[in-house]
Amino acid sequence: MIQQRGHVGRSIRLMFSSLYLLYLYIPILILPIFSFNDSFYISFPLRGFTTQWYAELVVDTSIIAALKSSVQIALVTALVSTFFGVITVRPLTRYRLRGERSILSMIMLPIIIPELILGISLLVVVNEMGLMLGKWAVITGHTLICFPFAVAILLSRFEGFDVSLEEASLDLGEPPWQTFWRIIFPLAFPGIVASFLLTFTISFDEFLIAFFLSASEPTLPVYLWGQLRFPKKLPSALALGSLIIAVSFVVVAFAEWLRRRQSLQKVNI
Amino acid sequence: MSGKIRVETDIETVSGSGNRSWFSPSHPNRSGYLQLLPALILVSVALLAPLVLLIVTSFWTNLGGGEVASELTLVNYETLLERPGYARIILRSIGIAACVTFITVLLAYPLAYFVAFDVQKRKLIWLLLITLPFWTSYLLRVFAWKVILGWNGVINSGLTTIGIINEPLSFLLYKPFSVVVTLSHAWATFAILPIYLSLEKIDHSLLDAAADLGDGSVQRFFRVTLPLSMPGVIAATVIIFIPTVGDYITPALVGGPDGLMVANLIQAQFGKANNWPLGAALSVTSIATVAIITLLFVSAIRQFMARIR
Repeated sequence: MIQQRGHVGRSIRLMFSSLYLLYLYIPILILPIFSFNDSFYISFPLRGFTTQWYAELVVDTSIIAALKSSVQIALVTALVSTFFGVITVRPLTRYRLRGERSILSMIMLPIIIPELILGISLLVVVNEMGLMLGKWAVITGHTLICFPFAVAILLSRFEGFDVSLEEASLDLGEPPWQTFWRIIFPLAFPGIVASFLLTFTISFDEFLIAFFLSASEPTLPVYLWGQLRFPKKLPSALALGSLIIAVSFVVVAFAEWLRRRQSLQKVNI
Repeated sequence: MSGKIRVETDIETVSGSGNRSWFSPSHPNRSGYLQLLPALILVSVALLAPLVLLIVTSFWTNLGGGEVASELTLVNYETLLERPGYARIILRSIGIAACVTFITVLLAYPLAYFVAFDVQKRKLIWLLLITLPFWTSYLLRVFAWKVILGWNGVINSGLTTIGIINEPLSFLLYKPFSVVVTLSHAWATFAILPIYLSLEKIDHSLLDAAADLGDGSVQRFFRVTLPLSMPGVIAATVIIFIPTVGDYITPALVGGPDGLMVANLIQAQFGKANNWPLGAALSVTSIATVAIITLLFVSAIRQFMARIR
């Protein structure tokens, strides 16, 4: 009897979970569907298939410029935050330090502070210090929000280490730098790649901080925001959005697979 | 594996603090702190210093035309108190964020439960499917909701085409309702994952014990599973509530005049209105309010949990 009720409960949960998951995907599926629709208006019924909105993107030089700044910013941000992540995660897992938890929560703080607050406080600093707005200001802001994600991703990877491997290498006379390069780096590599890809995606997609700090060199999301005001530009904004979503889907699916495959294997063994 | 590391470091810590002076360069903890220095510098330079300067700015006075007087006054905070419009919008933001948090956690719990307890072999795929939408551009997801909920949008035009409604439904877009729908969709992953992690940690022998001692499945859920998963629920609540109070994109795109939130006011002060000190005071006030509410909420829940235990 209990067994049977358990089965009913499980099917209800399966049904609910599938519907909820579907709901999570609806907005992301709507954009691509209407990006191929032959109409300025985003409404049913669909008018017919067209690729003209995508064709409009290719000839738009300001999109190419925005794409270039976005990629530059995301590359530097991903490199810097992953590098900071690696050097930070090592002492956190290797030593037991007093105040470790408070340091970790301070690192994680940018995840819960609204991006608007981070954006304007950096804007105030740049203004007071007489610095320039632009790529470097955006990179600083993005590194701040990507760093906690890099730390979280790398922590799960570094915590699974067998310290004896590292000690064996040190005992056998390898200097610490060599030990890092030959033992720790290869073991942590999947985590490092995942961290790089995910922080790249966060930076590439981020709008609000870039909106405040990018000044005359808009990133792709900032450019897109500007386009949303003009009804005539909406279809090509849909096309651009669909492309961005498609690319981040592929990148992130690979990164998550890389990361979770490792951690699940560990649990199963 | 991780147990081993802990023992190892314990020994290291004990022998280190016993034999060597903390200030000697070879002290293991000291090199640990040294290695954390870059992270601390990054957080101080990019987060703490700017926040302090923002607080200082909130005590300056706007002279108009982009000029400010840097004597410290309470003028901006007085303005916020004098005009009830500001308090109303801060309260509205908190109300909307509270609704969003409640709905999101309520919907996320069964899914997290399902993945933690019912899914056996395909956990990886479920987790991937749950996290994937979160990684796509937030701006685009909000924009998609604007397109879906609009006067001539996907829902209205779809329902009209099928013939269910004749007039478009006007309550969908530019209302607090639209903000709640959009935000509770956007933050779903942040609720599902912490709850899933805390459910996954539950020792199954406790569940078996409760069943052996005669608890039915409903009783067992409320007396064992739910209390043990509360850390995940609390984490989800905090992670969603704090940032959604200060969300800018969603109210700006789908909120309309009735759905404006405090972030839109702040942005206006830093943009068109060009009154940075007032914008800073608004930011400081809303952060402080949210922090106090969150602390009260978390300690209330902790006390409640301690009492029923």
